[in-house]
Amino acid sequence: MLRFLIRRTALGAIVLWLISMLVFTLFFVAPSNVARTLAGRQATPETVALIQHRLGLDLPIWQQYVGFVGRALRGDLGFDYYHQVPVTTIIGEAMPITISLVLGAAVLWLALGVFNGVMSAIRPRSFLDRSLTAFALFFYSMPSFLLGLLLLYFLYFQLTLAGIRIFPPGGYAPLRDGVGPWVQHLILPWVTLALVSAAIYTRLTRASMLDVLGEDYIRTARSKGIAERRVIVRHGLRSALTPVVTQFGIDVGVLLGGAVVTETVFSLPGLGKASLDALTQQNQPVIIATVLLGSAAVVVANIIVDVVYAVLDPRVRLN
Amino acid sequence: MSLDPTGLAAAAEAAEAVDATGAIPDTAGGTAIEGRSPWLLAWQRLRRDRVAMISLAAIVLIMLMAIFAPLATTLTGHPPNEQYRDIGLTPDGLPKGPTSQFWLGTDDLGRDILVRIAYGARVSLLVGVVSTGIAVAIGVVIGLAAGFFGGIVDTVLARLVDVALTVPFLLVAIALVSITGPSLTITILVIGFFSWASVARIVRGQVLSLREREFVEAARSLGASDSRIMFVDILPNVLAPVIVYSTLLIPVVIVAEATLTFLGLGLPPPTADWGGMISDGQDYYTTAWWFLIFPGAALLLTTLAFNLFGDGVRDAFDPRSDQILT
Repeated sequence: MLRFLIRRTALGAIVLWLISMLVFTLFFVAPSNVARTLAGRQATPETVALIQHRLGLDLPIWQQYVGFVGRALRGDLGFDYYHQVPVTTIIGEAMPITISLVLGAAVLWLALGVFNGVMSAIRPRSFLDRSLTAFALFFYSMPSFLLGLLLLYFLYFQLTLAGIRIFPPGGYAPLRDGVGPWVQHLILPWVTLALVSAAIYTRLTRASMLDVLGEDYIRTARSKGIAERRVIVRHGLRSALTPVVTQFGIDVGVLLGGAVVTETVFSLPGLGKASLDALTQQNQPVIIATVLLGSAAVVVANIIVDVVYAVLDPRVRLN
Repeated sequence: MSLDPTGLAAAAEAAEAVDATGAIPDTAGGTAIEGRSPWLLAWQRLRRDRVAMISLAAIVLIMLMAIFAPLATTLTGHPPNEQYRDIGLTPDGLPKGPTSQFWLGTDDLGRDILVRIAYGARVSLLVGVVSTGIAVAIGVVIGLAAGFFGGIVDTVLARLVDVALTVPFLLVAIALVSITGPSLTITILVIGFFSWASVARIVRGQVLSLREREFVEAARSLGASDSRIMFVDILPNVLAPVIVYSTLLIPVVIVAEATLTFLGLGLPPPTADWGGMISDGQDYYTTAWWFLIFPGAALLLTTLAFNLFGDGVRDAFDPRSDQILT
């Protein structure tokens, strides 16, 4: 187990190192006009060169890269080009918002997806199964930005017109200002992310439950006289969950790097919004940091998935 | 978002982890008396699937709409990018609702939404088909190579698939577009290069068991080269899952394109694009619902049709899977 963890961590570090090099190279292959933008319209070439020098952009690319990695290892991700705010500060402010959004939604979609999937699999081809499958397919086909906007239109705009003010039009209220406003601001984003994601989990759980319920050991468990509920949950669901765990790990990992779409639709200043804003401003230090952070989240999520795998399915040995 | 429709790749990996011995799936359609091919059998099953046939009809309609988009201009007299700031906007400069002149209303610049929806279908379908084609081509070659050669080739390629499946798609797209600027080519390439990994994983899994079969041994003893065995003997046997997966990948790609354009990373304005229209429409949802709802409905109907059809295709190729939506 320990050896497995060490190896996977080393492998993850290599992946991150490759991605950092890739992103860095990409940025410096492209002509950068940051210094010119910063200097303003009437700047002399000397001013532009000075700014270039101050930002360290006149050094050869490998020197810039080594400098970046050296500082990053000490927890310094540089400053953003425009306001001279440390990138770590920007990320520190955006991260709690993305985490609140993703973890809340994850609980919802996992519960909804797995529950619906199991209900579908217990009575395949029943009316309930067909309805749940159609429901899942509908939301699976729904782009998340469209669902978010529709929820805003009906649940914020139309309700507010009708004099019922439950949901705000967007924005974020930090948890320290109280649980009420926090939940109120996050509930529509949670539902958006959860409904779109739950669809995949319903289909995944249903398919793998159907496979598992056809196994001999399920028949054995039933013929031993174990209660049906226990057969389904303890014997069936446990081994049916492995593909669900894989998907869950990837999804949460990817989203923790920034739920770009949901954050944009609901004006939540999280990591995804920060990356998108950095894109429009050509603010490279922020983009490099968010890409690396997002990749790190995925790498860590994958390691956790492999460990959970071994716990759920004793046949999987970690070595 | 991960570009893995229905989590098939995740399921494939899980099945691999548990069932490392690789049970051989029976791909042949049994011994029919009339000698019907598995393809014919699949088509006959698909024809009986009402939902799949209705979805197919919808897909054909959307394709016709894309092909004959100029006809919408002829009918209404409105080119897609023409701004009718006088007759297409209210005196306050707001979009106009559906009228006899603009059937589905106008957008914030006084352009005809109906015409732009018709032209938008071109972008969605073009990206949907081309990006899926790129993804399938790369995925099939890499999956074939990994499964067939095994050993170090497999290890390296499988790692590559793992990495490609876990790179955060939107973040990398943001990084790329910040360098190249948004364009149709970049959109197609980014989506294509991010979708091949799940195809590769599925193909690899199939090839792993196929390469141990007798017909491969027979081909080899006849002196067939590696590439001949891979592309002539093995490839036709993995086509069915590849076709099923491609059909299910198209709607995912269409959503990815709309999402990129919605975020300003895809097709630059003034191109008529569903994602772009929804993005413009979001600022007006309190005053002009049609601006958001109609492009949204076009997008949703398209992805629904492809997903329902893809489900039908899967059921047709794999009769053991029960058809629950028919």
